Order: sequence, then structure tokens, then C-alpha cells
Amino acid sequence: MDLSPQELLPHLRMMLLIRRFEERLDELFASGLIKGTSHLYAGQEAVAVGLCSVLTHQDYITSTHRGHGHFLAKGGDAKALMAELFGKVTGPSKGRGGSQHVADYRVGFLGSNGITAGGLPIATGAALAIHLRQEKNCVISFFGEGGSNQGTFHESINMAAIWRLPILYVCENNLYAMSTRYDEAFATPTIAARAAGYGIPGEVVDGTDFFAVRAAGERAVQRARQGEGPTLLEMQTYRYYGHSKSDKREYRTREEEAEWQSRDCIEKLRLSMHFSDESLHALDAEVLHEVDEAVEFAMQSPEPAVEEWEDVVYA
Amino acid sequence: MREIYYSWALREAMAEEMERDPNVFILGEDIAEYGGAFKVTQGLAEKFGRERVRNTPISENTICGVGVGAAIVGMRPVVDIMFQDFITLAMDQIVNHAAKFHYMYGGQCRVPMVIRTPAGGGRCYGPTHSQSLEAWLMHVPGIKVVAPATAYDAKGLLKSAIRDDNPVFFVESKLLYGIKGEVPEPDAPDGDYTVPIGEAKVTREGAHLTLIAYSRMTGEAEKAADALRGSGIDCDVVDLRTLAPLDGDTVAASVEKTGRALVIAEDCKTAGVSAEVMARVSEECFDFLKAPVRRVAAADTPVPCADSLEKAALPDAQKIIDAAVALLQQYP
Ligand SMILES: Cc1ncc(C[n+]2csc(CCOP(=O)(O)OP(=O)(O)O)c2C)c(N)n1
Repeated sequence: MDLSPQELLPHLRMMLLIRRFEERLDELFASGLIKGTSHLYAGQEAVAVGLCSVLTHQDYITSTHRGHGHFLAKGGDAKALMAELFGKVTGPSKGRGGSQHVADYRVGFLGSNGITAGGLPIATGAALAIHLRQEKNCVISFFGEGGSNQGTFHESINMAAIWRLPILYVCENNLYAMSTRYDEAFATPTIAARAAGYGIPGEVVDGTDFFAVRAAGERAVQRARQGEGPTLLEMQTYRYYGHSKSDKREYRTREEEAEWQSRDCIEKLRLSMHFSDESLHALDAEVLHEVDEAVEFAMQSPEPAVEEWEDVVYA
Repeated sequence: MREIYYSWALREAMAEEMERDPNVFILGEDIAEYGGAFKVTQGLAEKFGRERVRNTPISENTICGVGVGAAIVGMRPVVDIMFQDFITLAMDQIVNHAAKFHYMYGGQCRVPMVIRTPAGGGRCYGPTHSQSLEAWLMHVPGIKVVAPATAYDAKGLLKSAIRDDNPVFFVESKLLYGIKGEVPEPDAPDGDYTVPIGEAKVTREGAHLTLIAYSRMTGEAEKAADALRGSGIDCDVVDLRTLAPLDGDTVAASVEKTGRALVIAEDCKTAGVSAEVMARVSEECFDFLKAPVRRVAAADTPVPCADSLEKAALPDAQKIIDAAVALLQQYP
């Protein structure tokens, strides 16, 4: 692989940070310290981190309701994200957005999105802007396999294919959309196969393998930057937690969960890097400290003041 | 001054803004050489090329979403939705995305985008091609709603809408496209005029009754006012021009003067534009009212196709006259 262990370290660290961030969130929700709901990304880290590792801050991504991992992987600040989840004014959305509606425009994160597959047209529009301005950056639109059954999937990919826009459509197939199992909602074995219907390449990728994700991302990003048009990537992956905080996971077995966890993306990357247990412990301590700091920052941050709506609803 | 069609005024606005700002571009179904369903964009593709006058597949929701995505990274798209009825397909991207992004992402982005929509009936197009759905958008915080009645306002408001940093839902009346009005020559000193969003205009003055209207109904209200003058009823006509944000001050100033208000709107009566205007008048002008606030709006029915049925369903000058006379007889 192209990256040295030294170069891989920040990616391993980022995957670990996302994992620990989500685990802490799960506790915070359980203890009632955070209100609302949240969709945890744990298990899917290799997808966000592998793909964002081939982007720069000039590239854009759009995300979903399950967006914390994308936010952090794209370079968003963990403290700010935690503050948003606590409903504090120091969050990127100043407490107005919450878990499903965060963005960080400084790093090209155009937003998580509470509407399933709502981000695909947005990403397509950003890619059209790049095309019109003849820039060399590109866009990734992340969505779940559930989202790929929305009309926006078809409309967006078709448009991007006609116009050869610089964009990657990344479907994170984690097998379940809430409780709906893949085979209940799809009559074909893969979603990537749909790419043929739009005249673009489609690829199934092992989403637990950082290297496979990154390699597929590199190919598709190169294609995008060279003006050859969009690519559809289907990342086969698994979410470790329930859909959202109230989910008891009755639609799947503990055996199936254990089987996927035995192929954990972080552990696989660690092993391939020959990263020792001790080194991992040290890295873990560092990451946990960062999460602690994020929680501390969020708890200390002020509540948003009630706003004059005329001042904030319109630009 | 010269007289040009409402549709030409819109085209000029787009052409001038595209010339002024390279970030402005147009997106929609059959808008290039074909010129759009009502020929409003005719000639623009030849002038600016098919990159900036971009034909799309028939995908209203994604057309609007693509507009939002381009807008948040610095472009100024003008989206053309062929008939206003088809915003039903695009409500998610308009309501949950265009209108909310600025607010819900903490002010990090702006959505400077215009959605142009030919609205209203009068052409026997039937129930799915004749609706006036602007009240739906008035109900959504974060998007402005504009509905010009004249060629002059059409050009000036469209320019303002394109320059605005917020999404603007632009209501055009199909029947107005072919109506001419005075518009300054582009190279005249006031050629680059704009009309501010959020300002209503008093187009007739009279002491007895305020007629409040917008878009095509402004002309009907003016016709009614001119006729009523002959029977001794003098009307103010307030052309709202912008529906969101509504210019309550201009409306209130007129109603405080006349003490009577009749609201005219081409959309359906129940929970329509007229309902909001009447509520505002009741809230703000109660002490000045000499009569209940009444309205002339479309019947609560799909807009029928047959000419006779359509005429029966939609408001017009005669219905306004009848309502005004009845009001003044009852509350002299
Ligand atoms: C338009 C819309 N429909 C339904 C929902 C409710 N909902 C939220 S997430 C979700 C499942 C999405 O599944 P998928 O796209 O596969 O993403 P995953 O949750 O697996 O990451 C549903 C049905 C929604 N938020 N938006």
C-alpha cells in the first residue's frame, strides 16, 4: 500500500476518535445528559476516514442523519460537534441544528441532513458549481442503502452522469435501514449494479477494509478531477449500535453482530500496520482525553440566547 | 420608456444579471433553445451558452436541490419550474433544504437562489396546471415570496431576487406574460433599476375601501376600482408585490385611512394568502375598521378546465365589484 505506518497513524487515530466519540455519546444519551436523538456511526469508520483521506478541505462532502463520523473525518472539530449535541451556542450550528444538522464550511463539510437522501441533490449542485467554475475539486455524497431508494438517488446520479460532474456517490450499505433488512427493500444483490443504468462505473467495496475504501476512493476521485464524471461506490459495512437511541435491535441477531465485529475496521487497520497493543493503548488514552475535553467544553459552553428570528432566519 | 411584455421584462432581468455576475446561471426543463414552456428564457441560451442556460431532465426535486447545492458554494442559480403546480415534486428541497440551511447550519451558508414559477389559471389548462400555491411557501420561514403584477415590477423584483442572499420563490402569472407595461430602456439612467423585496405599492387612491391584491389580481382590482369610482365608491388599491415578508405597514396605512378592506387573491380561499392578510388587518387595524374584512378568492375546488367553470371558480373584476358594493351597502 502507498502509505507508510507513519502516514497511516492519523487515519487510525481518526477512526479511533470517531469510535470513542460515539461510545461516549451513547453513555451521555443513556444518562440523559443529552436530549433529542442521535444515530451513531461506530462500525463504519473506515468508510468516512478512508474516503476523506483522499480529499482536501477544498473538496466538499454532504452527509446524512448518521453524520458524526463524516464531520470528524472531514476535519470538523470534536469539541464543536459535542457542543452542538449538547445544544450549546458553541456548536457549528449554534444549537439550532443538533445531531442531524451540523456543517463546517471551513473544511468543506456542507452538512449532515435529517432527510434521508436529501443530500444527494445538494452534493450534485456543489459539483455543478465546480464544473461551471472549471475548478479541480470534487464532491462526495454519503448516503445509506435506505437512502438509495429515494427518487433523489436516481435524479441526482442521472444528472451528474449526463453532465459528467466531479462527484462520488457513496452508498454505505450497513444492511439495515432502521429495521428494514436489505433484502426487504432491494430485489438485486448489489446497489452498485445500478450504476450501469446511468452509464457510470459502480463498484462494491469491503467497507471494513480501510485500504480497499481508500483505493476505490482514489480511483473515483481521480476520475472526477479529470472530468470523466461520477462514480457509484457501494461500501458494505455494519453499524454496531441500533438505528438510534431507542432501538433494541430485534430485527437482527447477536450472532450476526458478532460476526461483523470480528472484522472490525479499526482492528484490521491496526493489525495491518503492525501497531502493537501498547501503542494502541497509548493512542487510545490520547483519543479518550480528546473526547473528555470535548465533553468538558460542551458542558461549560453557554446555552444559546433566544434570538430575534428576523435576524437569523434570513441572510 | 418603452412598453414591453411582462415575459420580456423577466428575460431582460435574467440577461442583465447574467451579464453583471458570472455566478448567475439558469436551470430548468426545456429552457434552452426551446425557451421554456412560456418562452420566457427564449434567446438566452444563444446569448450565454448552454452551460449557463442549462436544460435539465424532468426531475423537479433535484433541480431545486442542485440549485441549493450550487448556491451554498457561491453560485446564484435561477431555477425554472415549468408550472407552479410542479413544486409539489420539489417541496422537500425547497422547504427542508433551501429555506432552512442558513438558519439550521448556524448562519454558515447562504442560499441565494430564485425559483421562478408560472402560476394561476385563466388558460383552461385544468387542475394540475393552473394552481396558485404561493400560500404554502408563505408558511415556511426562510424563503421569500414575490409576486409582481406589472412588467416594471417583474423586471425590478427579479433583479432584486437574483441579488438577494436568500431563496426567493418567484410567482409569475401565466396570463400576465403577454401583457405589456412601461419599462425603462436598459441604457437609460434608471435602466438598472431594481424594485425592493418587501414593499407593497399603492396603485389607486380612494377614501372608502382598500382593495388588497397581488400578481394578476392587482389588474383586476384596478379595473374594479376604476368602475366603482363611477358609482361613487373610491378605492385604494394596494399591490402587495411581495407576499413574504408581507408589507403590513403599507396595508395598515391604507386600511386606517379607508376603514374597510377587501382582499383579493387567485389562490383558494381556505388558508390561502387572503387569510393571512385578513388576519394581519384584523390584528393591526381593528380600531379603524368600519366593516368586517372580506375577501374575493378562488373557490375551494381544483381549478376546472372548461372555460365557463374556470371563470366561475376564479376571482375577477366583476366579482370584486359585487363584493365591494355589497360591503358598502351593508356598512355604509
Ligand atoms: C425522507 C425521510 N424518510 C424517513 C426518515 C426516517 N429515517 C431516518 S433514518 C432512516 C433509515 C435510513 O437508512 P439508511 O439510509 O440505510 O441509513 P442508515 O440509518 O442505515 O445509516 C429512516 C427511515 C427520514 N429521516 N427522512
